[in-house]
Amino acid sequence: MSRYFTSAIIENIALNNNHNLLTLNMPEGTVEPLPGQFYMLEVNRGTAPLLKRAFSLFRRISGGFQVMYRIKGRGTSLLREMRKEDTIEVLGPLGNHYPVPPEGEAPLVIAGGIGIASVFPFLNNYQGRASVFYGARSGDEIFMLDELKAMSKEIFISTDDGSLGTKGNIVDVLNNFLNSNRSDINNYVLYACGPHTMLRAISEVSASRGITAYISMEEHMACGLGACLGCVVKTKTGYKRVCKEGPVFKSEEIIW
Amino acid sequence: MNLEVCIGKLKLKNPVMTASGTFGYGEEYSEFVDLNRLGAVVVKGLSLMPKEGNPTPRIVETPSGMLNSIGLQNIGIERFIKEKIPFLKRFNTSVIVNFFGDTKEEYVEAARMLSCVDGLHGLEMNISCPNKQAGWSIFGTDPKVTFDVVSAVRKKTNLTLIVKLSPNVTDIALMAKAAEDAGADAVSLINTLTGMAIDIQTRKPKLANVRGGLSGPAIRPIAVRMVYEVKQAVKIPIIGMGGIMNSDDAMEFIIAGATAVAVGTANFINPMATIEILDGMIEYMKKHGIENISSLTGTVNVT
Repeated sequence: MSRYFTSAIIENIALNNNHNLLTLNMPEGTVEPLPGQFYMLEVNRGTAPLLKRAFSLFRRISGGFQVMYRIKGRGTSLLREMRKEDTIEVLGPLGNHYPVPPEGEAPLVIAGGIGIASVFPFLNNYQGRASVFYGARSGDEIFMLDELKAMSKEIFISTDDGSLGTKGNIVDVLNNFLNSNRSDINNYVLYACGPHTMLRAISEVSASRGITAYISMEEHMACGLGACLGCVVKTKTGYKRVCKEGPVFKSEEIIW
Repeated sequence: MNLEVCIGKLKLKNPVMTASGTFGYGEEYSEFVDLNRLGAVVVKGLSLMPKEGNPTPRIVETPSGMLNSIGLQNIGIERFIKEKIPFLKRFNTSVIVNFFGDTKEEYVEAARMLSCVDGLHGLEMNISCPNKQAGWSIFGTDPKVTFDVVSAVRKKTNLTLIVKLSPNVTDIALMAKAAEDAGADAVSLINTLTGMAIDIQTRKPKLANVRGGLSGPAIRPIAVRMVYEVKQAVKIPIIGMGGIMNSDDAMEFIIAGATAVAVGTANFINPMATIEILDGMIEYMKKHGIENISSLTGTVNVT
């Protein structure tokens, strides 16, 4: 089984002006990805940019997989230029994954912006079980809403500008939900991916309410294999590698 | 065809090594690389005591390169011996341990401890770290200090001793000579070049530690020049490194004066880089009718 392979682009479509959905083929004999894992993708053939870029698994499809990405810098701009049948080198799946929610648990899934990409396969695997809290800057950055609705028990949307769902912060929406659903508190577990500040807020929710939270962290990364020690986060038991011991951590482990 | 090269007492089956800090403890890459095929595995730098390393961000990409300030994070010599050596012993390759200290005494003690370990074949001294006894100047930037610390380590080890040189000096050949005079069996060069990158929006350094070490193809011409210069100055073998991405780059170092080469940053981009480079070197030898790889060392024609 190989975790390093050449992949042909099946599709690279724009979701809006700065978000794309990339579909890659997955040759026979490659390792099956799990929700929360990620891939390192080559974005060009030259040496600038030099490093591969890390992207969460968005969806496993027949014969391939998808990643959803935000065009943010040079690497993702180059990736956007990739066309059908272009080939890229792929390393993965890498890292740990979201734990399997045990029977009776009520997962609360929180996504901020492009963080939806990481939690999407989790929702897909455990259809109908999770309450989803999805926040973004505006309505045109809320993606796959129909599919998310179909996969989840219920879904709450918030946007910074109020163009879709509640105006404001998704963690506030989560807190309101928890305030009005206190009887179920022992069954809740949080699963979150999003900006650093959101994850920190989730960690506070977890600590103050005594709800376990699994959060997917992001850091500058070079190798993805645990060798360069570049992508560490500070935890109560020392620095841990996002690419190896993570990207999914229990929020109580992290020193913010 | 003969790919064998000698580094001190070590006979390497071929000249392709890994650069310390880019290949973990070997385990991390064993899924992608048959370690048996490598000339040597040089593991992540070790110190007597475990080191936590620097705050993040620790790495930042730069044009054709990257800056890192990992801060020499490592598990310490004791845990390395207990947890990592058993794995490495399963392979038929030379294992070289990179090590460093904050003081001369720490270097000596580290070398002494490592020299009693079964399954280790060589030591690589990283002298690019600050000398706490001498106001944090770098061990590797003063030839007298280099001579002193290498001599002290030499007395404590019979293993092949390689000194890894810092390029952050005016004349690297002087440093190489000091290491040779102190009894080093070989020198490896270059370590990373000190660099810096700034986020112009926040006006903050892109690395938490402000400065970092530059590696990758951006530094290759500097490294090639330095190998060329050191070759003129010393008789001991040179292990050349600095931005080697493919076999052409590796051959450039050999021709400049290196007996062996080490692959570093390329491992981060292509986990199979070492093996692809080895295969490419074999191709080169076939194409050019070269029988012994060592016959190419230092054959650059500058006339």
